[in-house]
Amino acid sequence: MHSLLPLPLFHVWAYLQTQPLLGLTATLCAWELSTLIDRAAGHKPASNPILLSIIMLAALLLLTGTPYRAYFTGAQYVHFLLGPATVALAVPMYANLPAIKRNFFAIAVSLCAGSITAAASAMLIARALGAPKLVVISLGPKSVTTPIAMGISQDLGGSPSLTAVFVLITGMFGTLICTGVFRLTRVKDWRAQGLAAGTAAHGMATSHMLMLNQTAGAFGGLAIGLNGVVTSFVVPLLVQIFGF
Amino acid sequence: MVRAMTVLLLCQLAGTVIQQGTGWPIPGPVMGLVLLLAILIRMGGPSADLHGTAQGLLKYLGLLFVPAGVGVVTELPALRENALAICIAIPVSTFLGLAVTGVLMQWLVGRRGDA
Repeated sequence: MHSLLPLPLFHVWAYLQTQPLLGLTATLCAWELSTLIDRAAGHKPASNPILLSIIMLAALLLLTGTPYRAYFTGAQYVHFLLGPATVALAVPMYANLPAIKRNFFAIAVSLCAGSITAAASAMLIARALGAPKLVVISLGPKSVTTPIAMGISQDLGGSPSLTAVFVLITGMFGTLICTGVFRLTRVKDWRAQGLAAGTAAHGMATSHMLMLNQTAGAFGGLAIGLNGVVTSFVVPLLVQIFGF
Repeated sequence: MVRAMTVLLLCQLAGTVIQQGTGWPIPGPVMGLVLLLAILIRMGGPSADLHGTAQGLLKYLGLLFVPAGVGVVTELPALRENALAICIAIPVSTFLGLAVTGVLMQWLVGRRGDA
């Protein structure tokens, strides 16, 4: 890239690489463009704006030879908001409290079972196929919403960015297969479908369920928050039990 | 909005202080979530300001994942080396997670499709 630019432009480019402006603007531009494409494509799982934005920006970094650290100088301002956004999940959870109380036992049992199943099977399969510790631990929290998953991964010595990628793959795959899985296992109850979608494939599958049924969407939202908390306990325990 | 943002950050800060102080493996923001939920139960619900700010933040939740996701460029070698493990572990575990949660929940609530 450097050799392609005339000298004054090269200086501008070099200057911008040290500033937050470019990375932040590029992130927002990629997001706007991705949401337009997603809308035009009719909200398909494959046109998910999160995935599209990541592909665009990753391609941009690779093509221009920009180090991720230079990009993150700007993107960190968006990234920082994940913390308060995680705390903000308490608000929709509070709104669903009556529904939680009514079905508390069923929700607690199914969610814990699903959470343990998803995390343990992912980690055990990866280890059996020879993946190193870093990859195995980074896979543990992949069913949880990204900010929580990244926090768990970081605390256990995994790679938060690897976890972020796994969370995305899980979300897309879960969105693609959930309707088929429910048909195969004869799960017809909307509450059960929503809870399963939110537990196994976080917000991406939940937003898909929300388009099919309001109740399913509410139980999905509930599962995202609850599974975040449950998985925060489950994955460290699994790491200890199986010695990952 | 500033007050709501302050409340969210204070909860996150308190959560992070608890996490760092106790060494529990639960991320600070998750502790903040639990704290805020306890406060909301105690107060009988969020203020209009907090409700609006939370909804605004959560509406753009997807955007907030992007910077971390772009970090995939630093992980390409790890992904390539473990492609097989990842390509089997994620689909199988996601299938199992969906099936186990869905079947158990439907069985435990005991009714079908009437929600």
